[in-house]
Amino acid sequence: MRQQTILRIVAKLLIPYILLFALYVQFHGDFGPGGGFQAGVIFAAAVILYGLVFGLRAARRVAPPLLMETLAALGVLIFAGTGVASMLHGGNFLDYNALGGSGQQHTRSAEPVAHLHEHSPEGIEERHESHGMLPQGQHLGIMVVELGVGLTVAAIMITIFFAFAGRERVR
Amino acid sequence: MTAGATTHLTVVLLLILLIGTAITIARMRDLWAAVMLTGIYSFLGASWMLLLDAPDVAFTEAAVGAGIATFLMLGTLALTSRRAKAPQGRSLAPLAVVIVTGAALVYGTFDMPHYGDLQAPAHQHVAPEYLSDGVPHVQGGPSKVGVPNVVTAILASYRGYDTLGETVVIFTAGIGVLLLMRRPSDREVKQ
Repeated sequence: MRQQTILRIVAKLLIPYILLFALYVQFHGDFGPGGGFQAGVIFAAAVILYGLVFGLRAARRVAPPLLMETLAALGVLIFAGTGVASMLHGGNFLDYNALGGSGQQHTRSAEPVAHLHEHSPEGIEERHESHGMLPQGQHLGIMVVELGVGLTVAAIMITIFFAFAGRERVR
Repeated sequence: MTAGATTHLTVVLLLILLIGTAITIARMRDLWAAVMLTGIYSFLGASWMLLLDAPDVAFTEAAVGAGIATFLMLGTLALTSRRAKAPQGRSLAPLAVVIVTGAALVYGTFDMPHYGDLQAPAHQHVAPEYLSDGVPHVQGGPSKVGVPNVVTAILASYRGYDTLGETVVIFTAGIGVLLLMRRPSDREVKQ
């Protein structure tokens, strides 16, 4: 598509904003709509648009396949690693409260998952005192985990794009 | 006209367009045009989901359905053929199957609660808990998860195991595509 001036210019104008929107969806996912998966596919869509307009070789330079494969694995590793980290802090697997870093929280760490229906006002107040408005561990855990999801999704989508686009007609 | 009526009208219009697109795709032999129409179908679907206050799903539908899936089908077309073969003879059996299945599904929706019905079981079971946990100002409840977007809180925290599983599924799917589709020479291209 080297001759398609309008396409090239429009793509050039749009791609930065698509990438920026993907990052917004990723890091604002705890307040606005979206999250890791949405951010990942939007990010990948921007790279795929780049590849369609400027050619596969240019896209491979921007997003090297080897790096994409590594990032895909890294995303899963970040997600699962968060779970292991919360275990190391004395909680259950993927129990973000344990990531809060305060000793008081460990005793109530399994609360959101296991004791969904039990309200224990004293415990919640306790947590409020030590951490202001937001329970730090939950927020931190969700952000890290969403980052892992976003990395894996974006990298896998770009990898699939390369796999499809790199094929030539067999017959 | 009130805002509610306008939304209602837009939804009906979108649904009519969706049905029209679907029928056009089904009748089409030119696959390239059909792929383009599936992209339009996804985009209409995304608009509809946005009207139903599901922006997360709308994002996904627009990016995956209209963007990435369209590209993947175009890539497949480039490797195979642009035109579908004409069907061998006509049989009414598929049509009957579709009508019976569709009628059963529509019949099933009669038992479903209305859209946005507060008394629906889904909104009475754990949803109030999620809302009071996640959003600090709802019911004056203390924030347990502390993430105002309830969808994100549910997906990443309450249903963390599921989301981890989904991420692994996506990863596995990507590995599978790589194993099946990558040519041996890609290694050299990379270096």
